[in-house]
Amino acid sequence: MIPAPFTYQRAGSVDEALALAAAGGDDAKFLAGGHSLLPLMKLRLAVPATLVDIGRLRELSFIRDDGDQIAVGALTSHHDVATSGLLATELPLLAHAAGVVGDPQIRHRGTIGGSLAHADPAADLPAVMLAADATLVTRSPGGSREIPAGEFFRGLFETALRPAELLTEIRFRKAAGTGWSFQKFTKRAIDWAIVGVAVQGGKVALVNMGQTPLRAIAVEWALAAGAAPAEAAVHAAEGTSPVADINADRPYREHLARVLVARGLAEAHAAG
Amino acid sequence: MTVNGGRLEAEVADRTLLVHFLREVAGLTATNVGCDTSSCGACTVLLDGQSVKSCTVLAAQADGHQITTLEGLASDGEMHPVQRAFHAEHGLQCGFCTPGMVMAAVSLLAEQPHPTEQQVRTGLEGNLCRCTGYHNIVRAVLTAAGHREGQAGR
Repeated sequence: MIPAPFTYQRAGSVDEALALAAAGGDDAKFLAGGHSLLPLMKLRLAVPATLVDIGRLRELSFIRDDGDQIAVGALTSHHDVATSGLLATELPLLAHAAGVVGDPQIRHRGTIGGSLAHADPAADLPAVMLAADATLVTRSPGGSREIPAGEFFRGLFETALRPAELLTEIRFRKAAGTGWSFQKFTKRAIDWAIVGVAVQGGKVALVNMGQTPLRAIAVEWALAAGAAPAEAAVHAAEGTSPVADINADRPYREHLARVLVARGLAEAHAAG
Repeated sequence: MTVNGGRLEAEVADRTLLVHFLREVAGLTATNVGCDTSSCGACTVLLDGQSVKSCTVLAAQADGHQITTLEGLASDGEMHPVQRAFHAEHGLQCGFCTPGMVMAAVSLLAEQPHPTEQQVRTGLEGNLCRCTGYHNIVRAVLTAAGHREGQAGR
């Protein structure tokens, strides 16, 4: 399988990437590691006319201690996130979740920004952004803006990003000492999560329980009202709309959400 | 790009995948196309020393980088230690997954020189063996890492 024909362009700077994408219009896509986009292009499910390769913009690959925040460059690979000593201490939920994305080869190439901009509801990291209450920083020819994670994911493979707007950085509050957990239920190691759960502090987010990653609001309210983790977890599927597919029907996903949230809350409680 | 230490220049279509570039332009056919969906790992090569699935990388993305395929492991007619271990432990059955398994193992051992058996199994989770011959593959990687218990029972 090979992708449909497209024009490959390589950016040497963020400004050049934005200009190339703007010139390409709606049919241009940024290419980072390519591990979400290229498989879809090979299946002809995505047919961009222009790919703007941002893979050499090393200035977008970093993990930086920034006072009470951590800044992670959008082009940082899952492998680099997973093996970061700084993140292991200050944001262990993210480091752990990045270490269970795909498999080692995928983690060498795939990037945090690529995964978020692709916005697959079955992907691990979008839910982590919700649980960690991250802020996504973008640049476009018109300037820069910050988008709260809760406003970034708009629909199936849809985000708040506009054409020629590039996700450049993700900012997190440090969370050392905060209880956390990441639960991922798959058939095989390399599969997408059938259901996943990210917990940090009192925030709980769900993978693959709707068209976007979702906060388990009813669970969070129950916890805030003093419910024990097992009691709160009963509410995990409220307000969700999971798909039925070859892996699981809807009731099974709802059941998994309740079980995994219970496990996640218990683990986070023990770790906090 | 640099392939197995030698410089290789070619004009290719924008959509050319690295695995096709290696097999058809460079003439290096050890790297197999298996599932073609970045699941099976048969196409694993090293890009700047790290394992990647070459069916999911554009040749243009690898431009200017160092690529190592199975053909590039042996030096001066001597097999690489991981190759020797796969030979000694019979870490293959039909052999189709073997080039990818060996390259994934080389990358794994570069990151974790002394992995436990569990770490080897986790580290090779991106590679599927259609013969399900995993036990000897894991034993071979442990042997290459210097674990003598990998040869227990011989």
